[in-house]
Amino acid sequence: MILAAHTTQAAAQAVRAAGAAEEHGFLSPTGVEIAFVLVGLVTLGAALVTVTTRQLVHAALWLVVALGGLAVEYLLLTAEFIAWVQVLIYVGSVVVLLLFGLMLTKAPIGRSPDADSRNKPVAAAVALAAAAALVWVVVDAFRTTWIDLDGAVQGSTEVSGESLFRHWVLPFEALSVLLLAALVGAIVLSRKKPSDQNEERR
Amino acid sequence: MHLAYPAVLAALLFAVGVYGVLARRNAILVLMSVELMLNAVNLNLVAFDVWLRDTLHAGQALTLFTIAIAAAEIGIGLAIVLMVHRNRGTADIDRLRDTAERPDSQDSPDDASADETPTGEKAEATA
Amino acid sequence: MTTTTLAVLVPLLPFLGAVAGLLLGRTAPGFVRPLAVLPTLAAAALAVVVAVRQGGGKAIEAATELTPTGSVPIDLALYIDGFAALVAVLVGVVATCVQIYSTGYLREDPRYPSYAALVSLFTSAMLLVVYSGDLMVLLVGWEIMGICSYFLVGHYWETPEARAASLKAFLVTKLGDVPFLIGLFALATDAGTFRITGVLGAVASGGIDHPTLIALLLLAGVAGKSAQFPLHTWLPDAMAGPTPVSALIHAATMVAAGIYFTARLLPVFAESAAAMTVLAVMAAITMVGSALAALAQDDIKRVLAYSTIGQLGYMAGALAVGDRGSAVFHLLSHAAFKALLFLAAGTVIHAAGTNSLTAMSRMSGLAKRIPDAYWTMTVALLALAAIPPFAGFFSKEAVLVAAEHTALGDRTVAPAGAGWTVLVAGLLTALLTAAYALRLWLRTFHGRGAEAPDHGRQPLAMTSVLWVLAIPSLGFGLTVTYLDDWFDGNALTPTLTTAVLGTGLAAAGAVITYAVWRTLAARTPVGAAAPHVAHPDAEAGLVEAEALRLPHPAEDPADPGRALLGPLHGPAADGFHLDAVYRAAFVRPVLAAASLVRFLDREVVDTYVQAAGNSAKGLGWLVRRAQTGNVQTYLSALLAGSVVLAIVAVALANAAAGA
Repeated sequence: MILAAHTTQAAAQAVRAAGAAEEHGFLSPTGVEIAFVLVGLVTLGAALVTVTTRQLVHAALWLVVALGGLAVEYLLLTAEFIAWVQVLIYVGSVVVLLLFGLMLTKAPIGRSPDADSRNKPVAAAVALAAAAALVWVVVDAFRTTWIDLDGAVQGSTEVSGESLFRHWVLPFEALSVLLLAALVGAIVLSRKKPSDQNEERR
Repeated sequence: MHLAYPAVLAALLFAVGVYGVLARRNAILVLMSVELMLNAVNLNLVAFDVWLRDTLHAGQALTLFTIAIAAAEIGIGLAIVLMVHRNRGTADIDRLRDTAERPDSQDSPDDASADETPTGEKAEATA
Repeated sequence: MTTTTLAVLVPLLPFLGAVAGLLLGRTAPGFVRPLAVLPTLAAAALAVVVAVRQGGGKAIEAATELTPTGSVPIDLALYIDGFAALVAVLVGVVATCVQIYSTGYLREDPRYPSYAALVSLFTSAMLLVVYSGDLMVLLVGWEIMGICSYFLVGHYWETPEARAASLKAFLVTKLGDVPFLIGLFALATDAGTFRITGVLGAVASGGIDHPTLIALLLLAGVAGKSAQFPLHTWLPDAMAGPTPVSALIHAATMVAAGIYFTARLLPVFAESAAAMTVLAVMAAITMVGSALAALAQDDIKRVLAYSTIGQLGYMAGALAVGDRGSAVFHLLSHAAFKALLFLAAGTVIHAAGTNSLTAMSRMSGLAKRIPDAYWTMTVALLALAAIPPFAGFFSKEAVLVAAEHTALGDRTVAPAGAGWTVLVAGLLTALLTAAYALRLWLRTFHGRGAEAPDHGRQPLAMTSVLWVLAIPSLGFGLTVTYLDDWFDGNALTPTLTTAVLGTGLAAAGAVITYAVWRTLAARTPVGAAAPHVAHPDAEAGLVEAEALRLPHPAEDPADPGRALLGPLHGPAADGFHLDAVYRAAFVRPVLAAASLVRFLDREVVDTYVQAAGNSAKGLGWLVRRAQTGNVQTYLSALLAGSVVLAIVAVALANAAAGA
C-alpha cells in the first residue's frame, strides 16, 4: 500500500521531468551519457563474452568485468551505495563462489569444445527475439524520458540507509531469515553423507 | 540522461543472459547467466528509481534485496550443482534427463535424441 | 361359507400352496409333497362344491373394483356360469391327478419342490382364468400360465432340446399374446369396460364398432395359446418337458384356455362372419394337418401332442359354427382322456425305457408289464377315436352335429361355409384319428421281438391316477343329457346321420390301419432292438429325461403310418416343414438384419470411435516426442512462447492505440 502510494507520487514527478527531456536530443549527448554508453558497451561486450567463451574460467573473469561495469553504471546513475554493494557482493563473493564451484566440479582449464549445448540456435533465436521485443518496447515507451541527475543525490549511503532502515525494516529482517535459510540449505545440500564417506575411504 | 540508455542496456543484458541460460551446458555457466539477468533487472530498478525520485527509494531497496537473494540463490544453486556433480560425475545440464519420456529405454541418455530436440522444440514453440 | 367365498378360495389355495412350496422347498423337504397335493385337492373339492351350488343355473357374479383407472375400470370380478363351474372342476381334478402322479413320477428329482410349486401356481392361474369375470384379471392368469409353461417345459434344462423348446413355446405364444392384448384393449375401449358381462351386454346392444378387427386380434392370441395353425408349432416341441406337465398344461388345461376364452366371448366373435370363417378355416387346417402329422410321428408324446392339436381344432371348429356348448363339452371330455393318455404314456416310457414307437414295436409283452397303463390307454384311445360309448364319441358328435346344422342352414350363428368346412374336415379327421390311435396302440403294445424289460410294478401314485381318469373317459359322454342345462341349452345328443358317418369313417380308418399293419408285419422281419436308456430302473422322471436324448431309430418299414401316408410321410413327420418355413420367412431375415446392425456397429460406428481414440493417441505420441528431459529445451519453448505472447500483446496494444 505504501509502495503504491509513493509510486503514484513519483509518477507525478515523472510528468514534470518529461518537460525537461524535450530540451535534450539524442544528437547532443551530455558527458554523463557518453560515459554511460561507453561503459555500457564494455559491460555488454563482457557479458557477451561471458556467455560465449569456451574457457570456463575466463567466463567467470569476464563476468567480473561485466558486473564491475554495471557498478560503474550505478555510480553514473548516482546510486552510490548500490554500486559499492554490487562490487562487494557480486565481484567480491558471488564470482569467487562461482570460481570455487568451477574448481570443485573439476571444470577443465583451457578451451572446452562442448561448452555450449546443441540448443544454441534456438537459444540465439529466442534471445534475439526477446532483445528485439524488449528494445522496441523500451525505446518506444521511454524515447523522450529524461532523468534529472543534477538534483539531490539519489543513492548516497545516507539516503539509502535512511530509507532502508526507516521504511524497509520489516522486509530487511525477513530477508535475513531467508538468508539464514539459504545458509542452512546450502550446508545441508553440500554435506557429504556418511555412506559416501565410507565409499571414499574404501 | 535519457532513460532509454539504461533501459536498453538492461534489455540487452537480459537477452544475453537468456541466451546464456539456454545455450550453456555447464550448470555453473548457467548460473552466471542467471546473474546477468538479475543484474539487468537491477539496472532497471536503479534507473527507474533515480528517474522517478521516489522518496521511499523503493527501487534501490529492491535492488539491495535482489542482490541479497541472488547471493542466497548462488549459494544454494552451487550446492545443488556440487551435489549433482558428486552423484552423477557431471554438471552438464543436457545430461540430466531423468524426466525424459523414453518408450525405448535402451538408447543412451545423452545425445541419442538430441538431434530432433531443437527442431521439435521449434515446432512446439512456434505452434 | 357363501358360494362366492368358496369360489375365491378355489384359485387362492393352489396359489398359497405354490408360495409355501417355493419358500419351504429347501428348508423343509418333508412338507413339499403335502403342500403340492393338498391345496390342489382342496381346490378341486371346492370347485365341485361351487359347481354343485351353481348347478348350471343363473351365473354367479361378484365384483370389487381393483383400481380406478380413469376411463376403463378394472374389477376383481367373479363370473361363474355353467361353463366356468365345469371347467374349474375339470382343472381341479386333472391338476390333482397330475400332482399325485408327479409325486411318484418325479420322486427323486432334485428340482421337485420348484416343479410342484410351479404346477400349483399354474393351476391357480388357470382357475383364475376360468373364474375371472374381468378381462384384465383373466389376462393376468393367462400370462402366468404362459410363464409357468415356459419354466415347466424347460424342466430338463440340461438338454438343449428342452431349452430350445421352452424358449420356442414362450416366444410363439407371446407372438399371439401381443395382438391378443391389443385386441383386449380395443374391445374394452369399444365396450367401455373390461367386465365380461359388460362386454357381452355391449355386444347384445350392438355397441361394438370394430368386431372383425377385435375378433381377429383376439384370435391370434387364441391360436397361440391353443396351438392352432399357424402358431401351433410350439406344442410338439413342448413335449421335451416332463410327461405330467404335458398332461396338465399341454393337453388338458392351458391349451384349452384359448378355447375357453373364445367360448366365453363367442358373441363378440359371432358379430363378425369373417372372423368365424377364419376360425373355421384355421380349425380345419389344424385338424387335418395335425392328424396327418400324428400319423407320421415316431415319438409317442409327439403323436399325442399332434393329436391334442387336432382335438383343439375340433373345439375351434365347434366355436366357428357358433356352438360353444359342444366346444366346451369336447374340451371337458378331451381333457380327461388326453390327460390319461399322457400319464399312461409316461408310464409306458418308463417301462419301455424309450419314447420311440419304433423301439417299442420291437419289444413284446409291454402290455403284460404295465397292465394298468395298457387298459387305461386302450380306453383313452377308444375315446380319442370317438368310438361309442366312450366320452370322445359324444363330444365329437356334438361338434359334428353343430357343424352339420350350420352347414344345412338350421343354425344361423355362423356362415354355412364355415359349417361345411368344419364338417368335412371333422369327418376326414375322424378317419385319420382312428388310424393314428390304432397305430399308436398296435405299435406300443403289440410289438414283436425281445421281451420288454421288467422293472417291477409302477408306483401306486401313478397307476391309481390312471384309473381315476379312466372313469370320465369311459362314462363322461353318458352325462350328455344332463349337460345341456349347464351350457347354452343346445342339444348335445348325437344324431343318427353324423353318428353313422363319424363312427363309420373311424371304423374304416381303424380297419385300414389294422390291415396294413398285419400285411407289413407279415412281410417284414423283426427289426433289431432299438436303443434304450442306460438306467431303466431309475425313477420315471429320470428315465424320461434320458429317453429324450436317445436317438430315434432309423426308418422302420413295418410302420403302417409310412405305408398309409405314402409320399406325404416325410413332410408330415417334419410337421409339414412349417418350422423351416418360419425359419426362412422370419428367423433368417431377423438374423440378417441383426448381422447388418452388427456390421454397422462394428465397422461404421466403431470406426469413428477408434479414430477418435487413435487421433488422441497420435497426438500423445507427438507430445511425447517433445518430452526430451532436457530442461533447456523446455525453457527455450517457455521463453519463446512468452516472447511471442509479449509481442502479440504489444502489437495489439499499439494497434488499439493507433486506432
